[in-house]
Parts: sequence; C-alpha cells; structure tokens
Amino acid sequence: MATQGVDTNYTSFLDYKGKYKGIFAWILSTDHKRVGILYLISMLGFFAVGVTLGFLMRFEMLSQGRTIMEPQTYNAVFTLHGIIMIFLFIVPGIPAAFGNFFLPIHIGAEDVSFPRLNLASWWLYTIGGLFAIFSLFLSGGPIDTGWTFYVPYSLRTTTEVIFPLLGAFILGFSSILTGINFVTTVHRLRAKGMKFFRMPLFVWSLYSTAWIQIIATPVVGITILLVIVEQYFGVGLFDPAKGGDPILFQHLFWIYSHPAVYIMILPAMGVVSEIIPTFARKHIFGYKAIVFSSLAIAFVGYLVWGHHMFTSGMSDTSRWIFSFFTYIVAIPSAVKVFNWVATMYKGSIKMSAPFAFVMAFIVLFSIGGLTGLVLGSLSTDVHLHDTYFVVGHFHYVMFGGTAFIFFAAIHYWFPKMFGKMYNEKRALWSIGIMFVGFNMLYFTMFILGYLGMPRRYYDYLPQFETLHQVATVGSWVLIAGIILMAYNLIKAWRSGEKAPANPWGGLTLEWTVPSPPPLTNFMEEPIVTHGPYDYELLEEEGDEHGNS
Amino acid sequence: MSTETVSHETHTHRDDYGAKIGMWLFLFTELLLFGGLFILYMAYRYQYSQEFHLAAKELDITMGTVNTMILLTSSLTMVLSIVALRKGNKLYSMLYLVLTKVFALGFMVIKYFEWSAKIHHGIYPGSETLADMSNGQVIFYGLYYTMTGLHGLHIIIGVVILAFMLSFIYRDKVTSDNYIKLENGGLYWHLVDLIWIFLFPLFYLLH
Repeated sequence: MATQGVDTNYTSFLDYKGKYKGIFAWILSTDHKRVGILYLISMLGFFAVGVTLGFLMRFEMLSQGRTIMEPQTYNAVFTLHGIIMIFLFIVPGIPAAFGNFFLPIHIGAEDVSFPRLNLASWWLYTIGGLFAIFSLFLSGGPIDTGWTFYVPYSLRTTTEVIFPLLGAFILGFSSILTGINFVTTVHRLRAKGMKFFRMPLFVWSLYSTAWIQIIATPVVGITILLVIVEQYFGVGLFDPAKGGDPILFQHLFWIYSHPAVYIMILPAMGVVSEIIPTFARKHIFGYKAIVFSSLAIAFVGYLVWGHHMFTSGMSDTSRWIFSFFTYIVAIPSAVKVFNWVATMYKGSIKMSAPFAFVMAFIVLFSIGGLTGLVLGSLSTDVHLHDTYFVVGHFHYVMFGGTAFIFFAAIHYWFPKMFGKMYNEKRALWSIGIMFVGFNMLYFTMFILGYLGMPRRYYDYLPQFETLHQVATVGSWVLIAGIILMAYNLIKAWRSGEKAPANPWGGLTLEWTVPSPPPLTNFMEEPIVTHGPYDYELLEEEGDEHGNS
Repeated sequence: MSTETVSHETHTHRDDYGAKIGMWLFLFTELLLFGGLFILYMAYRYQYSQEFHLAAKELDITMGTVNTMILLTSSLTMVLSIVALRKGNKLYSMLYLVLTKVFALGFMVIKYFEWSAKIHHGIYPGSETLADMSNGQVIFYGLYYTMTGLHGLHIIIGVVILAFMLSFIYRDKVTSDNYIKLENGGLYWHLVDLIWIFLFPLFYLLH
C-alpha cells in the first residue's frame, strides 16, 4: 500500500481555493468530501432541534396534567420530533455524511460517479428540510398527525399537512439520488485490485443500503403524493367515506418505512465493522458472513412490514407470515453481533472513544433487537402495541444503535476529516454520561409500556408518575452527555492538535492519505494488494523486514 | 443521468456505461413509484370487480387506442433520432426529436379532450354525479384520474427533457461520439411509453 508518511506538499480539500468564495465554495462544491461535511453540519443542526423538541416533550411528562404546554402543542412537538429525527437525521444519517466522504476513498476513487447529482441531493435535502420548518408558520399551524401521517386523520386534521408531506417527498428524492450514486460508484469506480470481496465492510453496508433506498423510497413517494392529492382533490383512494381503504395506506407506508429502518441501521453496522478490527488490531471474524448478512437484511427486511399492523386488521395467515419473517430477519443481525464479539476475542484491544461507542452500541442494540422480537411475536404485540414499550424499543435500536454509531463515526473519522485531534478523556466521559442517561430514559419506557402507558398521550395515571420522572431526569443526563461531546468536538475543531495520517493504525485506504485528504483524495492512483483488515499479514511482513 | 465533469480543472471523467447504470436505476425507481398505484388498482379491482366493470365501459376506447398508437410511434421516432445522430446526421436527429415532441403534444391534446368530456359529464373527483355513484365507481375514476394524471405529468417532464436534448444537439454538446445523454433521454421516453402500455388495458380494455 501507499506510503504512510505525512506529506506537507499538498493542498487539502479544506484549503483548496476553487471558482467560488466564502460559503459558495461549500454549497456549490461538487467535491464529495465537502458535500459530506455539508450534510454532516446540516444534520447536526437538525439533530439539535430534534433533541430540543424531545427535551420539551419529556419535560411536559414530568408531572401529571399540564406542565409547560397545551395538549395540541404536545401533539405538534412529538410529530415534529419524529419527522426531524427520522427524515432529516437518521435516514440520510451515516450514508449522506460519512458515506459521501469515505465511500470513494475506501474504494480508491477520486469522487462519486455523479458529483453534480450528489450536490443536487444535498440541495434537495436542504429544501425538503426548509419545507418542513416553513410549514410551522403557515396558517393551519404545526402538523399533529405523528410522523406516520396515518389516514384518515391526516385527511381530517386542520393543521398544515401538505407542506411537511411535500418536504418528506423531496427528502425521499434526495435519498434516491444518493442511493443511485452509491450503487453506480461501487460498480464503476473501484481502484485497481479493489475486488468486490476486498471492499471494506462499510462500503458493503452502504451498497446494501443504497439498494434499499432505490427499491423502497419510491413507494413512500407515491404514498405521500396520494395523501397530497387526496387533500387537494378528495379523490377518495384512502377515504373510507368514499370507498377507499385506510389500511392500504398503512401497507404502502410500511412497505417503505420498515425497510427504512434498515437504511438507518445497516450503515451503522458497517461503521462498527470498521472500528472493531482497527482497535482490536485483528482481521474481522467472518468477513463474508457479514457481507451476506447485510445483503440478507436488505432483502428480508423488505418482507416484514406487516408487523407494524398486527392490530390494524389483517388475516391471521398474513399475521403469522409477517411474524415469521420478522424472526428470520433477526438472524442476520445476530450473525453480525456474534462476528463482532468474536473479532475482539484475543485481539489486542486499545480502548478509545470510537471503540467505547461501539461497546455501548453492542449492549444497547442487543437490548433493542431482543425487545424487537417481543414486539414481533403476535400474542405479546397485542398487549404492547402502541405503548411506551414500542417507543423504548425504537429508541434503543435507532438512538442506541444508529445515533451512537453516528457519534462513533464522528470520533473515528474526525481526525481524517478535519485534521485535528480531540481530547480522548473528555470524549470517554461524555460517552459514559450518555450511556447512563440513555438507559435511565429509555429502559424506564420498557417498564412503563409493559405496565400499560400508551404512547403519544399527553397525560397519564398517577401510578406512572415516578417512572415518568425517572425518564425525564434521564433525558437531562443524556443531554448533558451530548452537550459535553459537542463541546469537546467544537474545541477540537477550533484548537485541536494536528492529526497524523493514521492515528488509529487502520488499514483501509483513507488512512494512507494525509489528514485532511488532498482534493483528489490520493497523491497517486492506489493499487490494492490485500484485504482491508489483514493485520496478521502486515505483521508478518513487518517481522520479515525487521529480521532482514 | 449524464456524464459528469469532475470539477478539477485538470481532470475530466467520462463514464458512459456508469451513466447508463445510473439511468436504469432511476427508471427502476420510477417503475416502483407507479408500482404503488398498480398495487392499489389490484386491491380495489379485487374488492369492487363489478363496479370497475361498469365504470370502465364509460371510457372511450377509440381515443385510448389512438393515444396508444401515437405513443408507440413516438418511441420509434425517438430511436430513429438516436440512430441518425450515431450516423452523424445531426439534422435528421433533430427532426426526429421534434417529431417525437409533436406526438407527445398530440397525446396530451387527446388526453385533454378525454378528460374534459368526462368532466363535462360531471365525472371528476368530488363532483355531485360521482357522489351518487357506488363506492367502486368513485374509486375507479379516482384511480383513473390519478394514474393517467401522473402519467401525463411524466409526458410533460419527458417533453422538457427532449427539449434539452434538442438544444444539446444544436449546440454540439451531444454529438455522434458522445450521445449518452440522448440515449438516456430516450430510455426515459420509452419508460413513459411502457407505463401507458399497462395503463391502457387496465382502464380501457378490461371490462
């Protein structure tokens, strides 16, 4: 592989002066690294808004009855929290920020296949986000349907539904363009020697994700369009008064929105498969098993949407089939978890911030996954459907799963992206605080849900008060951890020490180039001669060199 | 959708095969977009087979058939335009493109008359006539307007794309040895055609 030495005779993509100046050098740049950072910053902005809304929601639940807001405001707040976190943060999440930045570098390419389309997808993302924000100030008031937009309520509500829906449609378009771009890039732009089974597992996970984005997103696109058409023209396709069937809306919605949770989690699994070998200094256990489990999740994940609808009215046959597939899809996820743990066995582990995040992830994701099985089996689901148990499960897999790994990815690649190092000790502290707060907040929700607390309710019975208070205090701890982490990263960005080319000793291609990478990624065209995790191989070579 | 130029001054990257992969993937998403509507059609046809039967009789088969032939012919002229350009005949290529657009326009005109005849009879979403009809008929016309409407929207987008192609050929941005843009535009046009091939029997012929 190429030289490891830090070369100072180059212009990094951060310093590069192009055609445009100031902010335009960023928002008009087709460089995949700049687009990735644009996405990263926009997403962190929306994430901050989403966290604030979550904080307000939890604060409202601190005491019975009215605490700080009216019921209608509460409805709007949980809807917006859902829309922002799902459509603007977690779905684009890791692929749009880190995928854009590292996919081309991982396969030894200079850029993605369609750089202009890539920039266009960020613009669409921004426009979609602005639509959602803009809708808050329209005459109808903020949308209150919940992020699922279920008909017939979304047809009856007097709040502003069309603009947020249009926003979601545009965001879907952006997601599709990213997917098309990634699939084409992986097929066309791999460097010499970068065979399919030499690709880093992060690339494999992005590749599987991109396929889901292409296959699933159009379906929610048409579903959203139909609700808009319904609002304007009253065609009647989902309106029971005119012979339409609201259950069909739920089917179409979940045909996308279930695979979408794999759009959210698969790239996170890819990042985990990068971080563990790097810090255990060991070849990943079962490379091909992880590859095929990603593809299997992408495929089987398409066939389980019905488990969201066990109580909405379906035949018993479809119910047990969907339940069966839900159990099947747990297998590839479990395969991955076992492979990660097996990779660490007898590795020489170096404890550091990205690795600590991964440890937290494995615990939280396992709890989230297992409670998913509780919801996936028919008899227990009837009891737990639409309770806080579901909310707890969802946050364990999405926040404890994807968002924790999003943070892990920031910590893992921060030195590469910005060329600065952060304070490791402070990072570890922030992870610890977040982990404690997270469990206080969401594990309590499992108990609340099991006891019968329904989700999305503004008020609750007296016996739930203590548990609600524990959860709310947990949310404060969690947010304190997030703020500490943000402070640490911002401080590093402003005045961190200069990062070396390969601070962690990773073997994938991004560590062979200086930090931050040069404009065209590589000083010379890379030629790949070994797999991404061949630590043993390199050590042998190193020994031979040492002996001679 | 097209070959992209990487914005480094020194380096121009062209990958026709990659551009085509991207286009096919995009067409795939278009199929799935309509796929959602086809699923709805299937579900409702199963639920309201009698009413669908009745409502379909109201549609004008002649107009539908003429439109089908127009669209099929426009696909032919589209291919001829690509062939002409590949052989280096810029003028004919542009001529065939214009012809394709004329057909597209003809399709839209006929569609306009078809829709306005229906609306004239009081059959449109939310109308009183429709409110008196059975649920199945309401759904049939709802699907009819939504699906042909979305298809019409795609025709308009297609015409805009072809207009760009026309100007690209005129300004020699698309030439006999760099015609991937035109080919991809053609693929889009065939997709629009293909979707109509399915809409036509589902609405007009299945009594």
